[in-house]
Amino acid sequence: MRHRIPLCLPAVAAIGLAAAVLAAPAQAPDGAAVLRRVDQNMGADNKVTTSEMIIRGRRGSRTVTSKSWIQGRAKSFTEYLDPPRERGTKMLKLEDQLWTYTPASDRTILISGHMLRQSVMGSDLSYEDMMEDQRLVALYDAVVAGEERVGDRPCWVLDLSSRGAEIAYYKRKIWVDQERDVILREARFAKSGKLLKTTDVRNVERMKDRWVSTRVVFKDALKDGEGTEFIVKAMEFNAAIPDHLFTKASLR
Amino acid sequence: MIRFLLKGLLRDRSRSLLPFITVMLGSALTVIGFSWTNGAMSSMIESGARFSTGHVKVMSRAYAKEADQAPNDLALAGAGSLLAGLAREYPNLDWTPRIAFGGLIDVPDAQGETRVQGPVAGLAVNLRDPGSPERGLLNLDKAVVRGRLPERPGEILLSDGFAARLGIGPGATATLISATMYGSLVVQNFVVAGTVRFGIAVMDRGAMIADIDDMRGALDMADSAGEILGFFRDSPYRRDEAASLAAGFNSARHGDGGEFAPRMVSLHEQSGLAQTLDFAAQVYSLMLVFFILVMSIVLWNAGLMSSLRRYGEFGIRLALGEDHGRLYRSLIAEGTIVGFLGSAAGTALGLAVSYYLQNTGFDLGSMLKNASVIVTDVLRARVTPASYVIGFVPGLAATFLGKAVSGIGIYRRETSRLAKEFEG
Repeated sequence: MRHRIPLCLPAVAAIGLAAAVLAAPAQAPDGAAVLRRVDQNMGADNKVTTSEMIIRGRRGSRTVTSKSWIQGRAKSFTEYLDPPRERGTKMLKLEDQLWTYTPASDRTILISGHMLRQSVMGSDLSYEDMMEDQRLVALYDAVVAGEERVGDRPCWVLDLSSRGAEIAYYKRKIWVDQERDVILREARFAKSGKLLKTTDVRNVERMKDRWVSTRVVFKDALKDGEGTEFIVKAMEFNAAIPDHLFTKASLR
Repeated sequence: MIRFLLKGLLRDRSRSLLPFITVMLGSALTVIGFSWTNGAMSSMIESGARFSTGHVKVMSRAYAKEADQAPNDLALAGAGSLLAGLAREYPNLDWTPRIAFGGLIDVPDAQGETRVQGPVAGLAVNLRDPGSPERGLLNLDKAVVRGRLPERPGEILLSDGFAARLGIGPGATATLISATMYGSLVVQNFVVAGTVRFGIAVMDRGAMIADIDDMRGALDMADSAGEILGFFRDSPYRRDEAASLAAGFNSARHGDGGEFAPRMVSLHEQSGLAQTLDFAAQVYSLMLVFFILVMSIVLWNAGLMSSLRRYGEFGIRLALGEDHGRLYRSLIAEGTIVGFLGSAAGTALGLAVSYYLQNTGFDLGSMLKNASVIVTDVLRARVTPASYVIGFVPGLAATFLGKAVSGIGIYRRETSRLAKEFEG
């Protein structure tokens, strides 16, 4: 009996190797191709979104409703609809500058640079998170790191690293739904490797010919709290947005 | 006996002058050091208490953990009823609510666009209530440089240097950009009623003083306060009483659950002040010991030299029948007299300098311009009853020690050998 064990080792190794080969993806796709499909699913000339942010803090939660007109990374306009204290506050983002208008003060204030990475309304989203529609393939190199399930959905796990542009999240790890090309989970990192933010998609809906994440929990890893739930109430792609909306005149 | 010793000391100056000068200088330095440390510490305590810590302070437990960051999202809710309760429970203290906040002051141009911005450290206090102690605590009436104190809603004070840097003065509009208690953006216009200078670098760097009701509205903090400060009404800060007050308050609310329950802390427990004050006290004690040691060594040396010079005198006194103990005691008595007189002279000199430093002070503004501790730019000595006696401690101790050590040699003189010594 003692002599039979060494004789079995090659067979066990062969079975193990075969199992590993079978368990691995038959054909791991190119990372850039997966990223292109993600951009294709959500990409549009512009988007008009009505959303709710449920901000959960140490003293309870509150809901902020807003409507945003977003054109790529460069142009964005947001108007806050609720609660009454925030109603009428408007924000215009053009490239790396953001003007905010509050009716109570009747002032237009410029926010720029690293201030854009600050929290919006005390939420876990930054101004950049909320007001930019990024084409990931233009900003990141992608490598498929593996395959995992998120809930019952099989996903590609992609490691993204910045192509060198000065962006908020130097690295990202994303879990992309293999069938619907939508990101279901994400971890965003600083250049140092420090985890800055996580997102967790709780609901995906079909809108015309696209799959859209309609309920996402953002969690700022650098602060306490249970995170902010971002709920898309309505989303319109390629809408007719008048040019004057992306001017400072539209703030007042 | 004392008369005999005094005559000896006066007639033989080499016996008394050096020890006298040594003791006088040591005692004077001790008195000046004591009065100066006393004044600096008092100034730190008083200005820190008035502007930041109170004699005691009530905060939420969560706020207290991060108090240095003034986290208004963790502020006390129901501040009105808490304040009334404190006034009932502790009638010997004045209680006043405050909100500390940070942000940017944005100054608009003629088109309403941003002309200039600057970071601001804000303090919201009860300015408009005539019964509020804040005007006195912050010494606002004397601090006004330009304009006047706020009288109407929406009026604020800015530190004078900060206002000058922004290029604004009384009557100008200044917009505060900050965050509400819940983290939302605040953009609120105020009118600058006046500019102030407190003579405290931290406050004069970029401060905004606003009425607490205005800021409650701006920061969405209805009936809330970041902190409630308590001040002993009848006298300055009393460390032990403040500590026992805080302990009593906290133990009575031990069962109150939750991170937003109120917690009281004494001045010493805040911002590392306890360590600073204890450190200062230790430094001063070390200084005192150092003076005693140095003076003792100098006096010991002087005593040894004196013993050599008075070798013959001691021999004759011993030969005449004076016993060693008596001679030794007379030497110590001599030293004590010199110590007493030197201490008295040193104390007089030290008090004169201390009174001068108490009246004129010493402007350390340029050294404190980047300080984060709330302390007045002009530090002053403070003469207290203890200043009149503290100089005698090293003066008497050092002369006693010096003489006691140098005089031991007397016991080595053997009476039987004295005759031989004289023959030689």
